Amino acid sequence: MLFINRLFSGGVAVPHRKDTAEIETVVMDIPSKVIIPMAQHSGAPCRPTVKTGDIVKVGQLIGESDAYISAPIHSSVSGVVKRVEPMLYASGHLVMSVEIEADKKQELSEDIKAPVVNSREQFIEAIRRSGLVGLGGAGFPSHVKLSPPKDKKIDYLIINGAECEPYITSDYRECIEFAPYIIKGIQLALDMLEIPRAIIGIEDNKPKAINLLKEKSKNDSRISVYSLPSRYPQGAEKTLIYTVTGRKVPPGKLPADVGCIVFNVNSISFMAKYIETGIPLIKKRVTVDGNVVREPKNVEVLIGTSIGDVFEFCGGFVSSPYKVLMGGPMMGIAQYSLETSVIKNTNAILAFDKKEGDLPPETPCIRCGRCATVCPMNLLPQEINRFVMAGRYDELHKYHVLDCIECGNCSYICPAKRHLVQSIRLGKDAVRRNAKKA
Amino acid sequence: MTEIGIPVIIVSGLGLLFGLLLSYASKKFEVKPDEKIEIIRGLLPGANCGACGFTGCDLYAEAVAGGAGINLCPVGGMDLAEKLAEIMGKETAACEKYIARVMCKGTWDNVSIKYDYDGIVDCRAAAQMAGGPSSCIYGCEGMGSCKKVCLFGAIEVENGLARIIEEKCAGCGKCIAECPKGIIKMVPARSEYSVSCSNHEKGAVARKNCKVACIACQRCVKECPENAITIVDYCAVIDPGKCVNCGKCILVCPTGAISKYTGYQ
Ligand code: SF4
Ligand code: SF4
Ligand code: SF4
Ligand code: SF4
Repeated sequence: MLFINRLFSGGVAVPHRKDTAEIETVVMDIPSKVIIPMAQHSGAPCRPTVKTGDIVKVGQLIGESDAYISAPIHSSVSGVVKRVEPMLYASGHLVMSVEIEADKKQELSEDIKAPVVNSREQFIEAIRRSGLVGLGGAGFPSHVKLSPPKDKKIDYLIINGAECEPYITSDYRECIEFAPYIIKGIQLALDMLEIPRAIIGIEDNKPKAINLLKEKSKNDSRISVYSLPSRYPQGAEKTLIYTVTGRKVPPGKLPADVGCIVFNVNSISFMAKYIETGIPLIKKRVTVDGNVVREPKNVEVLIGTSIGDVFEFCGGFVSSPYKVLMGGPMMGIAQYSLETSVIKNTNAILAFDKKEGDLPPETPCIRCGRCATVCPMNLLPQEINRFVMAGRYDELHKYHVLDCIECGNCSYICPAKRHLVQSIRLGKDAVRRNAKKA
Repeated sequence: MTEIGIPVIIVSGLGLLFGLLLSYASKKFEVKPDEKIEIIRGLLPGANCGACGFTGCDLYAEAVAGGAGINLCPVGGMDLAEKLAEIMGKETAACEKYIARVMCKGTWDNVSIKYDYDGIVDCRAAAQMAGGPSSCIYGCEGMGSCKKVCLFGAIEVENGLARIIEEKCAGCGKCIAECPKGIIKMVPARSEYSVSCSNHEKGAVARKNCKVACIACQRCVKECPENAITIVDYCAVIDPGKCVNCGKCILVCPTGAISKYTGYQ
């Protein structure tokens, strides 16, 4: 096994709290209805291809778009379309969605058949049809990632199994439960895209997963498994690339610019499963945890299931939740309703009581500089915060505000409990707006 | 005595000499400032709000002297336009006084709270979090971002709702650019009635989210003798150009979405 000593600058040692790691994934019952949003990826939203009253089957296409950066959306249940209109989305806004009442028969659509892939083009097209998006959280359409510009030579396929956020164990369970598919997916991508090497990066707090993948890949010399230091945000794309290859992705550039493509373990294993079965992306493993959840565990959930139903499946709440997060505690989005649905890139839903979930009051900055020390992008959060609060958005470009990956380290470490990330997001928004105006 | 006397005489002598030279030079080479610009600048309100389209009053003064429109300053209004027209020897151009109005009545009593907001006190920041804590995602968030940018102290925020003090509003439009919800609209100062709602949800949903929302029932549309009201995306809008301030609409509105404002000539 390879141990890495290279470490990105900044970062914090967050508590792991991976209590669900050794609990086997449970498949959730089919919910009575699903609400499937038409924008589950970064890029152009889909337009619904079904209307109220239509009968749909599992895996049937229900949303598509002509835009390149987009991914088709499929029904996760068989049943009747009840509503097609804007509904509550994980961001808290209303997004065009399709509500399907499930008949619980789970009849497969006739369109489903294993794709034939003999060439790079066929492979990329198959992945596009599968509706796969980055399952690690960003939700970027995978077929776009698989097609880097012709002039960029790709040296490494990097598989992200770092899973650095506290609580979340859905990637880890994939490694334990589906290691052969992960390896198969990697081999497929290496062959099809003619990439010479693949590196699987996993944080050193998951030795079982590291050993297992090591074992499964021992016959393929192109694949290596790296044990990475456990330090948040190890799994962020840019920090991961730096740790495993020593290459730095310059601000505003993409991994392909330094010869790398990064996929989450779940995404790569899905590719292998899809090529085998032809069943598109309609379900997702979600870590359900947090101190008010009665039975924390990993659950395999159909896309479109409401988070309320998922919590209910996990025994409900021991006391009423004060804060519900979609995603991890560092980067997750707080939800105000239990009606939002699990979407393609949901990897965890967490619920906390007031003691765990409350934010201490904000106090003035004591200029200790800790936020700058922990920032993996080497930014100066305290300065950005100062300018944003003063409304001086025109100064922000000097502080490279757009490079912030919103990892949350600065807010986490700040002894004054300043709302650093929120102010930085506000600053990013202002800079983008000004750029549009100019 | 002489040791100190001589340098004193030399230095004062030099001072006197330079002084005389300078005063002579300033008379001889004097650059006459454009008197017009000076006078115009004196007339402008000096708020430097930029509503005229120039960066501050100084530049607008220069522009007017250079032939730009005389009716661009909403703060000075008609009075100013007349004076400028006289100085520039131009026709007085019409200059209707406009003021800003917050098209929302969503106080905390009328809307409900979706979640406890604990972040930065800024409307745009709150809007990024699920559209803000108010149950109506179209309405005012009451964090006063508009108030912060108003140079005339014309905005008050009370009970989760911004309100514009019409007599103080200069019509510069800064608040309009600042509001993330886009609910502040310019109306002619003489207009007295507005549908103070910006909710574009269907009636039942709108009503659920806010007690005083426009439910697009069409009653005001039918009542208005001047046909000044139209429904745009489930929300009524009064066209101030047609409205004659008769106030009939306010009597039929079942939810109280229409408000009477002071308005002035
Ligand atoms: S949230 Fe942004 S500024 Fe804060 S530590 Fe992370 S990258 Fe740096
Ligand atoms: S960590 Fe907090 S208190 Fe310290 S410099 Fe940064 S913003 Fe200021
Ligand atoms: S009117 Fe707009 S800017 Fe002013 S408080 Fe309301 S939401 Fe904020
Ligand atoms: S009467 Fe009131 S609720 Fe009905 S359309 Fe007019 S403003 Fe809206």
